[in-house]
Amino acid sequence: MLKKFTRFLFSREKIQYDVLIVGAGPAGLSAAIRIKELDPNKSVVVIEKSGTLGGHILSGNCFQPTAMNELFPNWEKMENKPPLDTPVSEDHFHILWNEKLSLQIPHMFYPSTIRNHGNYVISLGDLCVWMGEQAQALGVDIFTSTAGARVIFDEKDRVIGVATGDMGIAKNGEKKSNYQEGIDIVANQTILCEGARGSITERVIEKYNLRKDCEPQSYGIGLKEVWEVPPEDFKAGLVQHTVGWPLCRNTYGGSFLYHKNTNQIHLGLVVGLDYENPNLSPYQEFQNLKKHPKISRFLKNGTCISYGARVLNEGGYFSIPKLTFPGGMLAGCSAGFLNVMKIKGSHNAMKSGMLAAETICAKQNVEPGQELVEYENAVKSSWIYDELYRSRNFKGSFKYNIYSGLFYGAFDGFISKGREPWNIKSHVKESESYLTKDKAPQIKYEKPDGKLTFDLLDNLARSGTNHEHDQPAHLKVIKEAGPKESINLYDGPEQRFCPAKVYEFIDTKEGKKLQINAQNCLHCKTCDIKMPKDYIRWTVPEAGGGPNYSGM
Amino acid sequence: MKVLVAVKRVVDSGIKVRVKPEGIDLQGVKMTINPFCEIAVEEAVRLKEKKLIAEIVAVTIGPKQGAESLRHALALGADKAIHVTTEARIDQAVQPLDVANILAKLVERDNYNLVLMGKQSIDDDFNQTGQMLAGLLDWPQATFASNIQITDGVAQVIREIDGGLQTVKFKLPGVITCDLRLNQPRFASVPNIMKAKSKPLETIPLDKLGKLHNSIQITKTEAPAVRKGGAIVENVDVLLQKLRTEAKLF
Repeated sequence: MLKKFTRFLFSREKIQYDVLIVGAGPAGLSAAIRIKELDPNKSVVVIEKSGTLGGHILSGNCFQPTAMNELFPNWEKMENKPPLDTPVSEDHFHILWNEKLSLQIPHMFYPSTIRNHGNYVISLGDLCVWMGEQAQALGVDIFTSTAGARVIFDEKDRVIGVATGDMGIAKNGEKKSNYQEGIDIVANQTILCEGARGSITERVIEKYNLRKDCEPQSYGIGLKEVWEVPPEDFKAGLVQHTVGWPLCRNTYGGSFLYHKNTNQIHLGLVVGLDYENPNLSPYQEFQNLKKHPKISRFLKNGTCISYGARVLNEGGYFSIPKLTFPGGMLAGCSAGFLNVMKIKGSHNAMKSGMLAAETICAKQNVEPGQELVEYENAVKSSWIYDELYRSRNFKGSFKYNIYSGLFYGAFDGFISKGREPWNIKSHVKESESYLTKDKAPQIKYEKPDGKLTFDLLDNLARSGTNHEHDQPAHLKVIKEAGPKESINLYDGPEQRFCPAKVYEFIDTKEGKKLQINAQNCLHCKTCDIKMPKDYIRWTVPEAGGGPNYSGM
Repeated sequence: MKVLVAVKRVVDSGIKVRVKPEGIDLQGVKMTINPFCEIAVEEAVRLKEKKLIAEIVAVTIGPKQGAESLRHALALGADKAIHVTTEARIDQAVQPLDVANILAKLVERDNYNLVLMGKQSIDDDFNQTGQMLAGLLDWPQATFASNIQITDGVAQVIREIDGGLQTVKFKLPGVITCDLRLNQPRFASVPNIMKAKSKPLETIPLDKLGKLHNSIQITKTEAPAVRKGGAIVENVDVLLQKLRTEAKLF
């Protein structure tokens, strides 16, 4: 500890701020904006691993404007308005039985909590670009292409900032001609807003045992495409959700399809990562989904312009950890505020960022390393907690199959409304939920047709993902025997769950060998969650790499 | 010695571009500094670190977002920047001869000893601006530079040409355009990005320096043809038949 501290004192370059925010997503940018509104003299920096604002943002997104209305009460009258230009016009829910049939649930059967009237179809990436501009206009420093590698501790083991990643290291670990050591960003408070399964966040949660009194977090993977369609197939503001086919009834998941101005369709599939069949490929299930008439009717004359994937939280209320630690706090999906029933988390992320800002600004003379426990109280007495508590049993009720979940959703939505005295917890560790390969049913996926369904690598080009190839693989094998066990026991499900074909087992003389195509990585974090034996740890690669999403 | 480095803001090389009737769809697309221009900036910074030049001025032509490329050049080590502003599409309407004329005006105004540029931009791949600028100024030029040495006002440049490598020597002032293997640009560190914000940036509307004549008209922009599957043929006769009937080669 003393060695680390002395090294910190004497070697790397340092810059100092009042508040450091890791991640330029809705939570981070809301926090930054709110701090500057309340106290313009506070110095605020946001670091973002993507090369551009919105570059690593992927979300549905049917946006509930509650937090936006609080952060920018006059947003509708602003000259440079936020990109909320598609109000929801229609709201549909279908249960898909098979590849042809479906049952539409009439609108009157939707509990009020999931009705989308008053919401907007947006691109969260575009909203983050707009929020970034607002933040910069208020004097926030935003550094893109700046990756947070690890937190910095003081001699009392409190967080006093974040060290950015070194750049220009070759695959063999040597320094290249453009090597640049990272710097230490030191701050009185550090707000971690990395999104679901943040790489720094998970280490901090482990270190301070923030999950001591809560359920472990559960996750799903969300795959998404954006299509451009002719005007005759486009209905601005149409929102459609489905459950059922192509997922089997024991696999949690469902699809979303939103019509966004102009002539764009944002659609995707969420698959709960506690699925048990190692032969399942979430990507192929998504391609299958598009063949259903309820989906293909909109896409048949269109062009796919974008693709990507990211995990999302599914633990809800029971999985929220302790929100503060010495020197900082968790906000947004790094904490886990996604409302699973609504599949909405952006509004809660923004609100939590604002509450973090308000907590910091309410305190006189914040000392470095101080733990501001008032933040947790603020979140617990806010509408974030109200709505998460209300729908707390939603995901758990799916533990039998989707019908038990839907039935309970209706029961909870209309009758109990969250007031039921019981709690249904259903966490299954995703990396341990597999059937062995002899017990797992085979799944035959059809070849893509190139028009409606696509080969994964062809689609991957639409994510714009790239990494400097001459760098150490950022996906670290932390258990040497892991790959062998994965292929022997489960036939290597990582070859199928990764939405970027990072993991391949190739035949060699010594048998099957794992090849990691780290350059393809979409930073979705699925492997960090679902890898058999947890043999992979996702770490942040050289900054600037990763997807180049635009308008996702 | 003063160096002018011209930089262009282009679509990032990793992006899969989409084609619209009026050209490439630039809406929301990630833009970065042209890789060869970045190499030119890096070379200027290295020459300054070797104390061979005293001042680096970066210039770009484009809309207000073009200033990002200038800030990047300043963060890499340029001292000052000039932003020639225009709302015209830089990937279509801002063309080599017009750019060369504008740069020539700046050279005359500010008395530079050396102009460094990328050999070409990755959006139009014209590979003309540096050569035209040298012609307009009546200066020597060395293009596709993979190595630059400057001693006592004389530049010695190794050029990458089709046949191999060619070494040329000339007395400055001159124009040098930079090729891929000249150097690997450094990363802009956070402290340098912060310092760059306070470096001087001069803004000049384009019509004060020149005009866009649009002498090259883009008549059509198409996506490349979708690659068709191949076929394995059994023997040369079938191959010849396919070449005649399908490929229509003869």
